[in-house]
Amino acid sequence: MTSLAFSLLFALAIAGYVWNLMAARSIRQSGARMHSLSGFHGMYSFLLAVVPVMVLILVWQVLKGPVIDRMVLGGLPPGTLDGVNAGAVQLILSEIKSLAGGRTFGTPEDWKIEAAERLVGLRQTAAYSLVGLVAVVAGGLVLFARLRVGAEFRARHRVERIVSGLMIFCASVAIFVTLGIAGSLMFETYRFFERVPLTEFLFGLNWEPQIPLREDQIAAEGAFGWIPVFLGTIVITVVALFIAIPVGLLSGIYLNEFAPRRMRAVAKPILEILAGVPTVVYGFFAILTVAPAIRSAGAALGIDIAPNTALAAGSVMGIMLIPFISSFADDALSAVPQALRDGALGLGATRAEMMTTVLFPAAIPGIVGGILLAVSRAIGETMIVVMAAGLIAKMTINPLDSVTTVTVQIVTLLIGDTSFDNPKTLAAFALGMMLFLVTLVINVFALRIVRKYREAYD
Amino acid sequence: MYDNPLTKRTAVTHEVKISARGVNVFYGENRAIKDVDVDIEDKTVTAFIGPSGCGKSTFLRCLNRMNDTIDICSVKGLITLDGEDIYAPSIDPVQLRAKVGMVFQKPNPFPKSIYDNVGYGPKIHGMAQSRADLDEIVERALRRAALWEEVKDRLSSPGTGLSGGQQQRLCIARAVATEPEVLLMDEPCSALDPIATAQVEELIDELREQYSVVIVTHSMQQAARVSQKTAFFHLGHLVEFGETGQIFTNPHDPRTESYITGRIG
Ligand SMILES: Nc1ncnc2c1ncn2[C@@H]1O[C@H](COP(=O)(O)OP(=O)(O)O)[C@@H](O)[C@H]1O
Ligand SMILES: [Mg+2]
Repeated sequence: MTSLAFSLLFALAIAGYVWNLMAARSIRQSGARMHSLSGFHGMYSFLLAVVPVMVLILVWQVLKGPVIDRMVLGGLPPGTLDGVNAGAVQLILSEIKSLAGGRTFGTPEDWKIEAAERLVGLRQTAAYSLVGLVAVVAGGLVLFARLRVGAEFRARHRVERIVSGLMIFCASVAIFVTLGIAGSLMFETYRFFERVPLTEFLFGLNWEPQIPLREDQIAAEGAFGWIPVFLGTIVITVVALFIAIPVGLLSGIYLNEFAPRRMRAVAKPILEILAGVPTVVYGFFAILTVAPAIRSAGAALGIDIAPNTALAAGSVMGIMLIPFISSFADDALSAVPQALRDGALGLGATRAEMMTTVLFPAAIPGIVGGILLAVSRAIGETMIVVMAAGLIAKMTINPLDSVTTVTVQIVTLLIGDTSFDNPKTLAAFALGMMLFLVTLVINVFALRIVRKYREAYD
Repeated sequence: MYDNPLTKRTAVTHEVKISARGVNVFYGENRAIKDVDVDIEDKTVTAFIGPSGCGKSTFLRCLNRMNDTIDICSVKGLITLDGEDIYAPSIDPVQLRAKVGMVFQKPNPFPKSIYDNVGYGPKIHGMAQSRADLDEIVERALRRAALWEEVKDRLSSPGTGLSGGQQQRLCIARAVATEPEVLLMDEPCSALDPIATAQVEELIDELREQYSVVIVTHSMQQAARVSQKTAFFHLGHLVEFGETGQIFTNPHDPRTESYITGRIG
């Protein structure tokens, strides 16, 4: 039925387009000087019908479910829901819904069958009224648009206004989705902090998110101090940056200024391929190649090294970040005006002197912005560490030890059988919230730096 | 100099500083400079004039080998500075550019302090033994560029914060700080207002006492005002070269005459 509504809408809108186009053409043919081209009059009709009615249909779809539910529950025989809690009401509702869908379990009470029939009826009415509403509103808008066709009418500006309204709508969808994600995260985090004190989470040095499954089970109470987990993230991030910053920067500088054109033509696409490798593949590389190599190197030196060291995960993550940093450095250097290069060379600087004394200092803000974005990627990176880092949180900064990360903990807390009302599961949201906040701060910082340096040369 | 009529300018000849013979410049397949011969004298302002795209900048950039930085550009022919071939393998272009300074069309101060801008060349060429030396070099260069009085109290503020005319004089100071022998200027006033232009022109006239100055300009009035010698380029050819007074009052080539009188360009 919804598809019928959509087809109807588009048919009406196209008809409106043609109608207005014809009308505008005939006015033009009669010799009048039109403000707008005929096509704009057509577009005006089309957009005037499509945009608002589309929004109407979307809103209708969102509101339809809850409204019908209300009506079904409200129509139950009086007294049926007295003293029934919210969960049970939901159960009754879903039973009615499955009855309405033709799936009967056991022998339902008569009032449920009755309610299911009413539900079917309501749904049908809703569908018909949607189609009717669309027909009336879209038809009305098309008619309205047709009445406005005239030599003086500024269809061209109106079309622009409608289109820009559409763009504002799309932009706000993106913003509201972000806000929605943040909101739901906040809600679950709040539920976590109802069970575990904020101070314990923020300052606790122990992370043992085990809780008794049954009331009588004798187990550890569970400890939710996020510090060791975050420390693990930091250790791995630092290892990654130790690899990514020098290699990325130097390769970016080389590609930007020193590489012959043919070299650049080959190396740039290769770096881009590196950027496109799925992180799960990096994970393989970490556990199958890097970790054993580090282990055997350790064995040769007589050190016993854990199989899942921070070093292995971090260095592979560093490799992942190389193209990121090098392309940022490349862009930042390219943004430095040619005039500055000429100026330095014209004074008798060599290319290397020009790079170190003029280009690089001028590009530093952009490069720092890129590095900060790389940091927030490293902090949020999940797959490599799930595969290659450890699971147990340890208070250590030794990269040869096994550490766990915030993202790894979120994954392990949420896989398997979970119920969403115990601190163990909710802890994942609290960790997610912290991750969100940390990367948000870094990103805001990075973007500000990047923006500032953009302004410097415009 | 403004009250000195063109025809009455005395032609004093100085020794030849830069000499070009049979110079051809190619951008890939495209020949931008065609068989140019010219002698540029010491302690003289030589102006290159001609319609846009005729190769003035290209030829100017041959004189300090800035064209080396463009991949597809190749220079054929002989160019000598004090009799020495500047394209000889024994010549280091980096050293050459310290001797043949350049000022560009758009003021391009580095995003550094005024002091560091002027001190840039002396520092990379190791011309200052101490901080005091460098202070002195910077002051001398800024004075020579007639900028000292305006900036002496804010040497540590960024060079990019100056006005357009001040920035261009800063770039001139930066170029003279390396004690060049020749100063190349590619349309140095085209981004400046009339007052700043007048200041820079006055400066060019003063610089002539010590340097050989080559200035590219699209303004014939400017060429007439500041130069002693003028070269007229057209479609990559050096059409006419001579005393500025003679070029502007009595050009030998019909193309020069049409350009001067505004019929081509
Ligand atoms: N970097 C370059 N690459 C290719 N062609 C160039 C380049 N620079 C200049 N040219 C060409 O050389 C010719 C002369 O240019 P130019 O020397 O800039 O002229 P002018 O300074 O007299 O206006 C023009 O035809 C121009 O298209
Ligand atoms: Mg030019």
